[in-house]
Amino acid sequence: MVTFPGSLDDGDARRAVGLAGAEAVALWHGDHDLRGVDAVILPGGFSYGDYLRSGAIARFAPVMAEVVAAARGGMPVLGICNGFQVLCESHLLPGALIRNHHRKFVCRDQRLKIENASTSWTHDYVTGEEVTLVLKNGEGAYVADLATLDRLEGEGLVVARYLGDDPNGSMRAIAGITTERGNVVGLMPHPEHAVDSLCGPGTGGLPFFTSVLQSLAASAPAASAGTPPPQGPPPLQGHSSGRELVL
Amino acid sequence: MPRVIVEVMPKPGILDPQGKAVLGAMPRLGFGGVVDVRQGKRFELELAEEVTEDQLAQVRQVAEALLSNPVIEDYTVRVEAS
Repeated sequence: MVTFPGSLDDGDARRAVGLAGAEAVALWHGDHDLRGVDAVILPGGFSYGDYLRSGAIARFAPVMAEVVAAARGGMPVLGICNGFQVLCESHLLPGALIRNHHRKFVCRDQRLKIENASTSWTHDYVTGEEVTLVLKNGEGAYVADLATLDRLEGEGLVVARYLGDDPNGSMRAIAGITTERGNVVGLMPHPEHAVDSLCGPGTGGLPFFTSVLQSLAASAPAASAGTPPPQGPPPLQGHSSGRELVL
Repeated sequence: MPRVIVEVMPKPGILDPQGKAVLGAMPRLGFGGVVDVRQGKRFELELAEEVTEDQLAQVRQVAEALLSNPVIEDYTVRVEAS
């Protein structure tokens, strides 16, 4: 979990990682070190004051050189809200996020449709599933040129779409996208705020954090040949893969 | 001191909510006749020495990589006459 100057949701996201059964490792924007983690989350909030453009300066943070290299090597990377903006500015994901079309900050429970349940971060959903997450952004309008939008749609790289009233002016109601490999996901709504029904709109966000554990466990070299893949619901507390999964 | 100006504007077709907000304020001030406003950014880069082609090429790189996001913005680079 990377913390930039201005990150707000790293604490909640670390807690979500823990609820999913993984160990959250704090990473610092100024470090050139991912400390041996198996996956990276870029949290929501702000970064470097978001001067110039949201995520534009964070892209050049020392830790981002490591994150970009790891992502290109296949490591699961999830960018939430400001993290999504950083991933776009880093060119790990196409397109950009601009100010909401209605010019107001939006903060509400938002219904979404999961469009791609085969990414590292969405395995534990079913394609077409509807979930409610928290949406809170000032610059959440996803934009890209028509060719890019058509490619995203054609290759199934749209991960989630807004349902109901258009919350922020995103083209084709896109709330999240992924790469061809499915390891990098950018998402404007906040799954980490929907992991505990006491203080959020249900637990619809938790599968983002359990999914990555499943995908890492599935790709772990330690898994012995012939062992059937784990069945049933994802583990919510602890894990028994024998390999420590840290984010 | 030589100065290079980089201007960054939202691409045509990209919604510019800031420009729209400014446009919306104008009639309230009794200022008519304006049909559209686009808001951009202007960067003034003070250089230590005379502007060379090499340096201009570097400025263009910075404009492309940092000062603008080519997905949503266009930029121009020019040397300001001293």
